[in-house]
Amino acid sequence: MFKTIILSAFGAGLAVGIALSVVQAVTTEPLILHAETFESAEPAPAAAAAPHEHSTTEAHAHEAAAPAAAAPAHEHDEDAWSPADGFERSAYTLIANLLMGVGVSAVLLGLMSIRGGRIDASTGVLWGVAGFFAASLLPSLGLSPELPGTAAAEITSRQVWWLSTAAASAIGLALIVFGRSWLLKVAGLVLGVLPHVIGAPVPPTLEASYPAGLGGEFVAASLVVSALLWALSGLCSGWLYQRLSRSA
Amino acid sequence: MTNFSKTATRSTSIAADGAKSDAASRIVPALFAIAFGLFLFVGTGFAAPSLIHNATHDTRHSLGLPCH
Repeated sequence: MFKTIILSAFGAGLAVGIALSVVQAVTTEPLILHAETFESAEPAPAAAAAPHEHSTTEAHAHEAAAPAAAAPAHEHDEDAWSPADGFERSAYTLIANLLMGVGVSAVLLGLMSIRGGRIDASTGVLWGVAGFFAASLLPSLGLSPELPGTAAAEITSRQVWWLSTAAASAIGLALIVFGRSWLLKVAGLVLGVLPHVIGAPVPPTLEASYPAGLGGEFVAASLVVSALLWALSGLCSGWLYQRLSRSA
Repeated sequence: MTNFSKTATRSTSIAADGAKSDAASRIVPALFAIAFGLFLFVGTGFAAPSLIHNATHDTRHSLGLPCH
């Protein structure tokens, strides 16, 4: 059974990774590249802020605040290797998408196996949508998808909050859907809400190097891409698993 | 595979009836699949080294994962 799960996950991951790359190429990718043009042009926002004709003390306050605000966007390690723009960068993105597709498919199939019952395309897509809800939509309430150049809290604290929130949301959702008593369902609801009561790490500033509209477009595009990753992984892996286990 | 069946056998020895041993042989490989999937997901989406970060940069941003 492990073999069937892994084979299905790799097959599904291949399809999902390619589909995701195609969709990203026309949705999120142009927005990322657009935002990077502002990021590399920095410290434009700081320079633009300075000539404001405020009173001298206020202008000083702006100047003092601006470099600190711009700093978090510059955490790229300049010496480290990174893929060259164009084909190489797209190729690595495709590989990363394939790995994500395989990973998500393996997790979904594993969870469906533990739950027991029928595994096929239609149950798979339901689990996939639930996975998107837990591991993308709910965490995005605290940490919305960010374009390059977004000021944000320290990376590790955000990653910890994101992973904890995804885990709590998944367990909470499972308790609400599968819990046999009202007590379990209420516990699931509390668990789902808890990370948002605790609150996500707060960014040092809401200023960004790119226009606000670009950020808004990106949030929607990113959520659509994530929904596609999860739903398509569930659909493809469920379908493949059913076919492979029937022939085995 | 030997490892899984060993673990499964150990679990089934605790199980009281046939239904439970069936559940154990289903759950152990499923847990391995979940661990493997999470390893790929976290490795691609969260690993700290600059090399991995730079290679997966656009995927992380596209999927709304915390990035740099």
